[in-house]
Amino acid sequence: MNLSASRISHNYGPLPVLADVSLTVASGEVVAVVGPSGCGKSTLLRILGGLERPDAGAVATEGEPPARSLNPITYVFQDFALLPWRTVAGNVALPLEEHSLPTAERDAIIRDALARTGLSDFAKAWPRQLSGGMKQRVGIARALAVRPAILLMDEPLSALDGQTRELLMDDLVALHAAGDLSTVYVTHNLDEAVRLADRILVLSRRPGRIRAEVRLETPRAERRPADPALAAQARELWDLIREDAAEADRELVA
Amino acid sequence: MSETAAPEAHPVPYRGDLFLPRTRRLAGALALVALIAFWQAASSLGWLDPVMAPSPREVFAALLAMAKSGELAGHLAASLGRLLGGFAIGATAGVGFGLAVGLFSLVRSPGIAVVSALFPIPKIALLPLFILWFGIGEGSKLATIAFGSFFPTVVATYGAVDAVDRSLVRMGRSFGLSSWSIVRKIVLPGALPGILSGLRIASSISIVLLVAAEMIGANRGVGAMVLAAGNLMQSDRLLGGVVVLSVLGLFIAGLLGWIERRLTAWR
Ligand SMILES: Nc1ncnc2c1ncn2[C@@H]1O[C@H](COP(=O)(O)OP(=O)(O)OP(=O)(O)O)[C@@H](O)[C@H]1O
Ligand SMILES: [Mg+2]
Repeated sequence: MNLSASRISHNYGPLPVLADVSLTVASGEVVAVVGPSGCGKSTLLRILGGLERPDAGAVATEGEPPARSLNPITYVFQDFALLPWRTVAGNVALPLEEHSLPTAERDAIIRDALARTGLSDFAKAWPRQLSGGMKQRVGIARALAVRPAILLMDEPLSALDGQTRELLMDDLVALHAAGDLSTVYVTHNLDEAVRLADRILVLSRRPGRIRAEVRLETPRAERRPADPALAAQARELWDLIREDAAEADRELVA
Repeated sequence: MSETAAPEAHPVPYRGDLFLPRTRRLAGALALVALIAFWQAASSLGWLDPVMAPSPREVFAALLAMAKSGELAGHLAASLGRLLGGFAIGATAGVGFGLAVGLFSLVRSPGIAVVSALFPIPKIALLPLFILWFGIGEGSKLATIAFGSFFPTVVATYGAVDAVDRSLVRMGRSFGLSSWSIVRKIVLPGALPGILSGLRIASSISIVLLVAAEMIGANRGVGAMVLAAGNLMQSDRLLGGVVVLSVLGLFIAGLLGWIERRLTAWR
């Protein structure tokens, strides 16, 4: 399934946040969106998934979602958004409860999602007992359980420490190795972007518009954390946004 | 620095006391026992006038006598019926209305305006009106208690709903949960701790209103019993009634605490 946004503009009151942003995510593609803080990345992602109505422009999907997809467009949140009163398994079960699945099938889906994210031993744990990395694994397990066609991730690793981030990054690479899962990956971490993306969209500072588009040719599976070529690419990106970032840093927050 | 004298060591003083008192159940029980013992000692030593302030032993004896004759059970049953009935009506309606105020723009401003205007009225002032409407019997007492517990429950409920993390609601929407599922599985559990503390306040207001209503127009009930004992200068029975009310309050608070611990085990 493709996702395409055409000519999205959005304001919060008098504050223009996005100006004329168009993008297309092809089936199986990972598109990273980077840009200085406050440039409207989260807003764009919310608009892409229908959680916010843009002032102008439209978002559309093309093609049918996989037949067994329960929630074609699915989010992974920066702050995890787990229900603290549900166990790990309960949190993964939440979106499944909306669908009348046979209990056995539902349990199998939960078990499979937990297994894929290394959470099998934590099914009965409460979110408060988990480290940040484990919490985000639950967020990812919950997203996988509904078999999404398009994953929208808003800085999924930003709340995590460097080492945990490295571990989860490997998991995300593996997740995209097989299959046709399309992803929009919002981050301000350029290393994450060059590690994971097929294509990187660079937004300008607020109001965000697309300043540049960088295509990464090395296959994802062959990229290594300390790869000098990747580091060079990240440095290039940084040169693109450095001035904007400095400007954005001096701006008053709305 | 000279190499002869080693620098003097100054231990870094501890300054981490954060006023975090610890719970000691035994100390709490001991304080109550000590209070009663002191009271008993004061009576035994003749410091207290036995008519104005009977000793704990006399109060207990009076309670025991009332219990044996079945009088106490009768009063207690009447009071409990009114309390539970009125509180159940007021709390249920309060949670429902509070949810509506917390969730729907249509209800919110009108609801808050009405609640703010009626909340400060001492509800006992409405008892005469309720007697006109519902008669001197149970109806007026139930209405007073229900009305009194309704408002704190509403205020606590919509405050708790407002405080529910909207990013969780957004998560629910993003996974395609129905509105009803979001209310049931996200808003209500998230608001529960706040609702329960509102119910605590409502329950103690209910006891105040119960006693006041029973003093104004009832033959049965703990409040009526206390008033009658006062009129007859039976201070031992009077204080016995007061003890029953204290125990009743403790029991309800304990019950709500137990429910709270059961329902918020995830914390
Ligand atoms: N609901 C809202 N109401 C008003 N202003 C908002 C709202 N949400 C975001 N904004 C403002 O819009 C701008 C863009 O916000 P957004 O969260 O999309 O930026 P971002 O690129 O994700 O930033 P960050 O890097 O900090 O996550 C910011 O200036 C923010 O203060
Ligand atoms: Mg953001």
